[in-house]
Amino acid sequence: MTSPEHPKDVSNSGGARNPSDIVRSAIFDELVDRWLSKVAVLVAIYVTFRGHNAPGGGFAGGLIVGGVFVLQYLTGREPHVRFRTILHPTRLLGFGLLLALGTTVTPLFVGATPLESHIWKLDVPLIGEVKIVSSMFFDLGVFFVVVAVVLMILLSLGTRQSTVFGDEDIA
Amino acid sequence: MALLVAVLGLFLVGVATAVGLRRRPLVGAFAGLAVFLAGVAATVVEGVGVDEAPTATVKWLSALGLDLHFSLDGFGVLMSLIVLVLGFAVLTYAIAYFEHDETFARFVGVFLAFAGSMTGVVIASDLFTMFVFWELTSICSFLLIGLNDKSESARQAAVRALLTTGAGGLCLLGAVALLQVDVGTTRFTDLVALQPTGTLVDAAIVLILLGAFTKSAQFPFHFWLPGAMAAPTPVSAYLHSATMVKAGIVLLARTSPAFGESAFWQWWVVIAGCVTMLIGGWRALRQNDAKLLLAHSTVSQLGLLTVLVGIGSPLALYAGVAHLLAHAVFKVGLFLGVGVVDHELETREVSRLAEARTRLPLVTASLVVATLSMAGIIPFFGFVTKEKALVALLEADLGNVATIALVGVVAGSVLSVAYSARLLRALVRRPLKVAAEHHTSRVGAILLARPVVEAAGFSLAFGLFASFVGKVLVAPALSLDADAKGKLVLWPGIDDALLISAVVIIVGSFIGWRAPLTATRTGGTRGERTFDRIYDSTLGFAKRITAATQTGSLPMYVAVTAVVATAAMLSGLLLDGFPSAASFVDDSPMTVLVALLVAVFAVATVVVPLRFTAALLLGGVGYGIAVLFVMRGAPDLALTQLLVETLTIVIFLLALRVMPRRFAPASQWVPKWARAAVAAAIGVVVPCFALLVRESREAPSVAADYLTRSVDEAGGANVVNVILVDFRGFDTMGEITVLAIAALGVVNLVRVAERQRRAKSAGSAK
Repeated sequence: MTSPEHPKDVSNSGGARNPSDIVRSAIFDELVDRWLSKVAVLVAIYVTFRGHNAPGGGFAGGLIVGGVFVLQYLTGREPHVRFRTILHPTRLLGFGLLLALGTTVTPLFVGATPLESHIWKLDVPLIGEVKIVSSMFFDLGVFFVVVAVVLMILLSLGTRQSTVFGDEDIA
Repeated sequence: MALLVAVLGLFLVGVATAVGLRRRPLVGAFAGLAVFLAGVAATVVEGVGVDEAPTATVKWLSALGLDLHFSLDGFGVLMSLIVLVLGFAVLTYAIAYFEHDETFARFVGVFLAFAGSMTGVVIASDLFTMFVFWELTSICSFLLIGLNDKSESARQAAVRALLTTGAGGLCLLGAVALLQVDVGTTRFTDLVALQPTGTLVDAAIVLILLGAFTKSAQFPFHFWLPGAMAAPTPVSAYLHSATMVKAGIVLLARTSPAFGESAFWQWWVVIAGCVTMLIGGWRALRQNDAKLLLAHSTVSQLGLLTVLVGIGSPLALYAGVAHLLAHAVFKVGLFLGVGVVDHELETREVSRLAEARTRLPLVTASLVVATLSMAGIIPFFGFVTKEKALVALLEADLGNVATIALVGVVAGSVLSVAYSARLLRALVRRPLKVAAEHHTSRVGAILLARPVVEAAGFSLAFGLFASFVGKVLVAPALSLDADAKGKLVLWPGIDDALLISAVVIIVGSFIGWRAPLTATRTGGTRGERTFDRIYDSTLGFAKRITAATQTGSLPMYVAVTAVVATAAMLSGLLLDGFPSAASFVDDSPMTVLVALLVAVFAVATVVVPLRFTAALLLGGVGYGIAVLFVMRGAPDLALTQLLVETLTIVIFLLALRVMPRRFAPASQWVPKWARAAVAAAIGVVVPCFALLVRESREAPSVAADYLTRSVDEAGGANVVNVILVDFRGFDTMGEITVLAIAALGVVNLVRVAERQRRAKSAGSAK
């Protein structure tokens, strides 16, 4: 920190709170917020649920949603869902862990081994037969954990960066 | 079993009182009293006078073979009644004792939960079930000893008690595992029928004894019990003399018919019991605080019970069961009586007990009666049971063990008569001054005095009607050991035991009457100091190890990991030979090309001077590997790798934007060529090892099995995902937990750095 070249040598930083003046433009903003986020979230959900039968799954889906938040961040906003900033990603983390844990231990209470899958087959009008596997909930737990982890890292390394690594006391 | 409902009720009311009814603990207390009564009724209706003991199984985790088994046999009935009746009595006492005390709600909550756990311990019919409730009693005891959480000594005593009894609980768990593996059962009745022997069984015996000795405060674990007297009097009376510390005795009683034959068991039990008896008795003789006197006397009496119950003679077992009842009755009376004196006169000093005589005549009289029972004076119940113990040990056909036990019990009895005599003198002598005014309400005074008087009354009544009580106690003893039949009489006629008793009483009274009432006080006992030393040195050792291995230098961690991994894999390669050169190139040229590209990226990452470029190159490595995954037919891996890589680059850039553009010059403690060598070594060894592992497969791959089972059993066509969420779901569970911990670590590291920075800038501003 005492290195004389330090303050001027920092790329992209300056005093601006947002790192991404380069990518920040109205069109980009609109594009990301209006379309890209929504499409990406849909893709993420699709990827998560198809995971049981085709490449994908909770981990990949969670990472895609994480990517959406990263994009939002790069356009100069806090990560948000429908204009609401996410304040407590740790709750999401706990929820995901509990969901996965719950799926792990629930079979024990009906006399099965931990994580044993149960397959429900439902007849939904107009759609036809829908197969639901209990391990889907486990995958959803993984999904939430991954989303929460990305958010937590983003929020702590991103937003509070200037105070974390501290430019102000050098300037 | 309706009793199980009562147990559940105790837990529920306990939790409700501690959590929901904080402002109205009396409601919880009265609900608890009602549950106690219901439990007593259930026990009597279901357990008394039935031919076959009622049993119950609570399905818990049947898939893992973990069910809870209960059986309300004779011994279970006796112990449940002791637990529930005394619980009722002590709780009524506590209502007055805790008047205007804000910790009352917490006390009632934990007290009821404890009573439920203890009932579970005594009606458990296998070792596993007993272990579960055993641990619950340890936790409740911890909470109750530390009830006054503002007192540091109380907290320390609570920790000592928890760690000691908790360690014993772990031993018990070990015994459960050993017996389940070696014998195939932990049911007490099965164990008694099988009479198992062998090396593993010997190990289990040691563990069971450790469990029993820690819980029942036997030498060398006797130190925690006197410390536990930091708890309020009702707790001491109930947990630390009448019930919880008897859990070890219960365990010995349940298992000694199974293991009592082994000489190993007998010697351990007799030596520990006798030493404890003598230490407890000797210490009790020198206490200034009446409560501590009683605590040490409890230790001593537990030693006697250990010897009787554990020695493996049926008659001694019968005597032990009888003395267990006798001790519970008179010791509760004594503790509660001293508590009344403490409450009214605000003193527990032995030398001032006499002041209670004018103010609390009834309580003092009851204390005298209970003390006489403790000393074993005719016609009180203590006399009857102690006579039976002496007779049993005289008649036991066990050779040297019985002789030593007899000598130990006689010496212990001398001491126990002695400390009783000292207490008696303190109670009946002329007081130095008259006590001050009352401050408890009339109702409170009645509530406080009632259980004390009752306990004294029962000590006398059980003695006078000894033959009847003896008949009642046959069923409990028989349920433990089919040979343990005996009878009790008030006047046994002049025989060896009576003569021994007479000598014991005369010698003991002489010693006790001459012993000074104000003894020289000692600080913490040696046991406590030893415990603290072990505790501190364990923590110190951990700190030193951490300081030595966790230097905080990231390059050091990487270097150690890399060198150790390289060495391990290299040794495997040297033993089994390097993989053939062909296995490196039997791939499509494209794969080789991408692999080379990845290698180039990797080398470039290390040599570029700018952080930003390095991060991008590292991303290149990751994307290259994703391409390799696609080429080898692993789309799931490729997808995940791609996403992870993208996010990683962004996060890297976020962190990098406020760091200097160039890397700091490497520290000089390791020369550059050494770093390069380590990097090259691990880079060469890992792929070779991976190929070697693939070539040297012997067992069939699990893949085929997974592929066939994937759709049918787990309902998924993507076997990779099915492995993640089903077949190997436990691994995933662990991984996401690690991920969560890592994220919390990042957040907190950043927070700490921020706080330090703020503190520093605040400091520099001044």
